Amino acid sequence: MEISMKINGAEVTHDVEPRTLLVHFVRENAGLRGTHWGCDTSNCGACVLWVDGTPIKSCTMLAASAAGHDITTVEGLEKDGKLDPIQQGFIECHGLQCGFCTPGMLMTGRWILDNNPKPSEEEIREGISGQLCRCTGYKNIVDSIHWAAAHPAENEVSA
Amino acid sequence: MQTPAPVDYVRATSVADALSLLQQHGDEARLLAGGHSLLPMMKLRLARPEILVDINDLDELRGIRVDGNEIVIGAMVTHAEILNSPILFEHYPIFREAEKVIADPIVRNKGTMGGSMCQADPAEDLSAVGAALRGTVVIQNAEGRRTVPMREFHEGPYETKVADGEILVEVRYPILPGSGSAYEKVERRSGDWAVCAAGACVTISGGVFSSVGIGIGAVNAEHFTATGAEAFLVGKEPTAENIATAAQMAADSCDPSADQRGPADYKKHLAMELTKRALTRAAAAAVAVHLTKNGA
Amino acid sequence: MTAVQEVPISAGGNPIGFGSMKRVEDQRFVRGQGNYVDDVNLPGMLHSAILRSPWAHARIKSIDTSAAEALPGVIAVLTGKALEGIPRPSLLGDNFAWMPTLSYDTQAVLATDKVRFQGQEVAFVIAESRYIAKDAVELIDVDYEPLEPVMDAKRAMDPGAPVIRDDKGQTDNSITDVHGHKTWESGNAISTAEAIARAEADPNCVVVTQEVMYPRVHPAPMETCGSVAHMDKVTGQLTLYTTSQAPHAHRTVYAMVAGLPEQKIRVISPDIGGGFGNKVGVYPGYVLSILGTIVTGKPVKWIEDRGENLMSTSFARDYHMTGKIAATKDGKILAVDVDVLADHGAFNGVAQPTNYPAGFFHIFSGSYDYPDAHCKVTPVYTNKAPGGVAYACSFRITEAVYVIERLVDCLAAELGMDPAELRLKNLLKPEQFPYTSPTGWVYDSGQYEKTMRVAMEIAGYDELRREQAEKRARGEYMGIGISFFTEGVGAGPRKDMDILGLGMADGIELRVHPTGKAVLRLSVMSQGQGHETTYAQIVAHELGIPPEDIDVVNGDTDQTPFGLGTYGSRSMPVSGAAAAIVSRKVKERARIVAAAALECSPDDLEWELGRWSVKGDKERGKTIQEIALLSHSSLELPEGVEGHLDATAVYNPPNLTYPYGAYICVVDVDPGTGVVKVRRFIAVDDCGTRVNPMLVDGQVHGGIADGIGMALMELIAFDTDGNNLGGSFMDYLLPTSMECPSFELGETVTPSPHHPIGAKGVGESATVGSPAAVVNAVMDALAPFGVRHADMPLTPSNVWRAIQGNPIRVDMAIE
Ligand SMILES: Cc1cc2nc3c(=O)[nH]c(=O)nc-3n(C[C@H](O)[C@H](O)[C@H](O)COP(=O)(O)OP(=O)(O)OC[C@H]3O[C@@H](n4cnc5c(N)ncnc54)[C@H](O)[C@@H]3O)c2cc1C
Ligand code: FES
Ligand code: FES
Repeated sequence: MEISMKINGAEVTHDVEPRTLLVHFVRENAGLRGTHWGCDTSNCGACVLWVDGTPIKSCTMLAASAAGHDITTVEGLEKDGKLDPIQQGFIECHGLQCGFCTPGMLMTGRWILDNNPKPSEEEIREGISGQLCRCTGYKNIVDSIHWAAAHPAENEVSA
Repeated sequence: MQTPAPVDYVRATSVADALSLLQQHGDEARLLAGGHSLLPMMKLRLARPEILVDINDLDELRGIRVDGNEIVIGAMVTHAEILNSPILFEHYPIFREAEKVIADPIVRNKGTMGGSMCQADPAEDLSAVGAALRGTVVIQNAEGRRTVPMREFHEGPYETKVADGEILVEVRYPILPGSGSAYEKVERRSGDWAVCAAGACVTISGGVFSSVGIGIGAVNAEHFTATGAEAFLVGKEPTAENIATAAQMAADSCDPSADQRGPADYKKHLAMELTKRALTRAAAAAVAVHLTKNGA
Repeated sequence: MTAVQEVPISAGGNPIGFGSMKRVEDQRFVRGQGNYVDDVNLPGMLHSAILRSPWAHARIKSIDTSAAEALPGVIAVLTGKALEGIPRPSLLGDNFAWMPTLSYDTQAVLATDKVRFQGQEVAFVIAESRYIAKDAVELIDVDYEPLEPVMDAKRAMDPGAPVIRDDKGQTDNSITDVHGHKTWESGNAISTAEAIARAEADPNCVVVTQEVMYPRVHPAPMETCGSVAHMDKVTGQLTLYTTSQAPHAHRTVYAMVAGLPEQKIRVISPDIGGGFGNKVGVYPGYVLSILGTIVTGKPVKWIEDRGENLMSTSFARDYHMTGKIAATKDGKILAVDVDVLADHGAFNGVAQPTNYPAGFFHIFSGSYDYPDAHCKVTPVYTNKAPGGVAYACSFRITEAVYVIERLVDCLAAELGMDPAELRLKNLLKPEQFPYTSPTGWVYDSGQYEKTMRVAMEIAGYDELRREQAEKRARGEYMGIGISFFTEGVGAGPRKDMDILGLGMADGIELRVHPTGKAVLRLSVMSQGQGHETTYAQIVAHELGIPPEDIDVVNGDTDQTPFGLGTYGSRSMPVSGAAAAIVSRKVKERARIVAAAALECSPDDLEWELGRWSVKGDKERGKTIQEIALLSHSSLELPEGVEGHLDATAVYNPPNLTYPYGAYICVVDVDPGTGVVKVRRFIAVDDCGTRVNPMLVDGQVHGGIADGIGMALMELIAFDTDGNNLGGSFMDYLLPTSMECPSFELGETVTPSPHHPIGAKGVGESATVGSPAAVVNAVMDALAPFGVRHADMPLTPSNVWRAIQGNPIRVDMAIE
């Protein structure tokens, strides 16, 4: 079936099987490989991206269901060549090691701050609790999101 | 990653449209709500419907509202919406307590009330809440709507009164002024399904329980509840001793089986412990509500 | 608290040398521009899927692949029978159905005669898409004759137990190592037995015996294993993109397995989504993708599901240990003896140095000063997945630390002594280093008591004990657990450490371009440790070139020199040393060039960071960048000096390095539900020199989370029918942000005396050291209930059962 959706502002159309998972549509059809996957049971959150501004697990949604909707992936965070503060926060605070969980963490981190610009540690921990990171033990991810909260307009930080 | 078997897909434009699509395709069709139970099962190839009828566009199934002396939750209301609903929090804090421990924030953005109820997992949390609150399920088919009390809704694990060709449209909860409610759950790790969960909703008048609702999940409690324990408490004072006796009765009526979440003796113990804790907190909250009312 | 000296800051804002520095690699990762194996897409690439056994032990009667082959989009279906038909021109057997393991055993690539664990590879489908490959797998019809499985290591050697490895003509389930031994011992059996007997007879001494199980767990990196193989039919060149922590070692193994000329094999490890030991082994899937490209002539991608990852690729631990500790009643440890039953699964696939069949388990004597120690390890086959050394275990030091730290706590309980006090009484003293342990290790350096006291101070240890006493009086159960560990890492000295005959030394290559920018080529492979950043810092520290001017290349065998890869915390101790040494070679070359340019003798020059200058006349000098250009110029150099600054080195470590640490964990236990909450975790690591303290802390954080996971929730258990009960992330539970507290870190710095920059390695320290701290804390909380030990994972049900005096046998299905 032919499926169209907006991904990071651009209209993307492909003819795919109805069973195609959104994560595969984004990675293989749209060629945006920043969104990862790490499990079969919707537990890991490596695949988190936004549908209409809300983070969801894209391994647990059909591309067909996303047709006509607005998708934002990690590739859509950088604006005009400037990193989003959440991206900068992860660099500043060593919020990533292997980087595999990072795109999902960034999408959720941005969403947490969009809804709650000054989250507590507990609120951040709760917010990312559906996403597994095997490398960082989460402390620096929490710190990274806090950094972004403290630097909302920080987009000219040294790269 | 595991992938679903081939399947067709169609998007319903209204409940009526969905019903006719279901009728057209018979038992090969499945409704697709949040997909957070169905798609994982399809990926593991434990479910292989031939066609999915996507009901995500049906605004008629959305929304949480007060209707007379009932609160109505639409089938497509997400866990996140229940968690954040001021109406539900005002009347039934148990919803927020339960939702806080259902899956994780990202799953809650997509999983729906209706999907949860219809999936009818024995460890499903909203069923335990629904049993405690004595909700009523509204089901629609080609002939029209019918209602089923929450406590008759489940036919067994993964089986409900919703037949092929039917849609759960909403669940209605009677508003109980002055009630107190609470939810307790033990999970192996945050985001996990319950090892055991218990919810309670009580009202107190004249110093004794005037109504008691108990919901118990994951330990094979008949209809997710414990009627004997409820009956025992009604008319009795909310003492620690009475609550402990009722909690033990509730546990005795459960029949858990051993699995990776724990052995049966442990789960039975939890049924007692969590029922006791939920009743104790619900009673404290009910008393508190009562006092404020009297004082005002 | 950083013990790093002040270093100059570069124009790019980075330390020219050691110090916290933002990671170079993050720039691509935060943009979603990492390049992991599943991101590799080659023109014409085919996909694949593996049919796996539903049985733990069964005879294969027949396999019918016709329906799968008939499915449109399916290119080929391979079975064990088909592989038996492909002759292999190599020393390692005559066909492709079997391959060698890293421990000189054999493992089926695709099962021919029998399946020996649930999840074993049975058939391989190559198709146009991953969806079709999965569809086809379902269409393969296998007729199995189920056999009784051996799921309990304790029953594996029972007379009459089913024999798993009948393919090798075995008559029981014992494992024989390459030296012909069926058990493996270290230390002095006689003196240890005598010391324990003396203690038993002495009223002033005690002997405590405790059985502890380190259950089967899995490294479970967020990225599963996979590969993309491409054989160019014309050139005969095989390119393999793969999730490998050891690309060079893998290349050699493939050359041996496939009988391909090694110069025609290029192994590329792109970005790796975490390894933790999971990506050390060579798996049938990798080999099948290679066979797939040979058979089809097209690139073939193979990527595991999570279930396949958890059920078939290398597990870790599965050690049943019985320890005996003897001590005087005032708490002086006298001797320790440990007997181990090791469950190795169906194939002996452990990845460890050949001379160490139980890895480095025999470092179990720990951080304490006593003369007599002995261990005996007996490995057996069971119907479980192969593997054994994985999950950041530093070659089984995890098991060793766990057993000794649990024994010390059991001893403290027996003596009624504070576990901190007992440890302080027995820790090695600074003046004892280098210290030769009772099992023959030579610990390089340490200030154990100092480190312990730093941890106790951060924790507020005495205050915690007071709080605990008050809470106990109120019926609340908090626990304080300590673990003090010593690791031996950086394998290792080539004279006695090799894997499959490959000595464990690392090559390195440093090129300095005419403009003074440099490229460092490493044999080791990052899986998130940040090699691209830290190794540039080492070169910067040695040569004064700003780190942003140094590119670090790793993970491509065509672009890097040979070395054994990254695991067992070996990168910094081995390749870190190589990086310093190769830089020093460059520095010496630069000295000759500078001397020629300054028209003086090299001996008249002195080095300050980034510059050679004339002694006593600092003004006259040349920066390393100027020298780089001069080295390529027409400047006349002394006879025999070739010009250019480039250098190579191979580092063969003279000894391991011995990082250590003191960890303290505080938990609260709800006795009504058995739920454990980790409230605080304090970690004071001493890993010698810290090249990038921020990254060191990151390594420690991740390891503590692992420890919390293993102690409280991670488990690969089986039921008696052989079903794996941990085959998805629904049941193999990894800790989330909610189970991890905000870790509190401290440090002491005791450089390694024999390492060129004094660094000891830290990658696995916390994974090794932290589980015991968590378990000790929970046991401490449960002490009022008379509980001395319960096995990991301390799930709510297990804790509750322990309180009831009836703990669960964690490795077997719950009754
Ligand atoms: C990682 C994870 C953890 C979870 N943890 C928990 C937990 O702790 N507690 C808990 O209670 N749940 C948990 N869940 C389940 C979650 O609540 C799901 O949202 C829920 O089970 C299904 O809702 P859904 O909307 O996704 O339904 P779907 O998957 O879309 O549907 C489920 C079934 O219901 C049918 N159906 C859906 N809507 C209707 C309708 N209106 N009328 C008739 N039939 C319908 C579908 O055809 C399907 O058969 C978890 C899920 C995941 C993925
Ligand atoms: S891939 Fe694991 S949750 Fe989506
Ligand atoms: S950084 Fe590796 S999984 Fe999070």
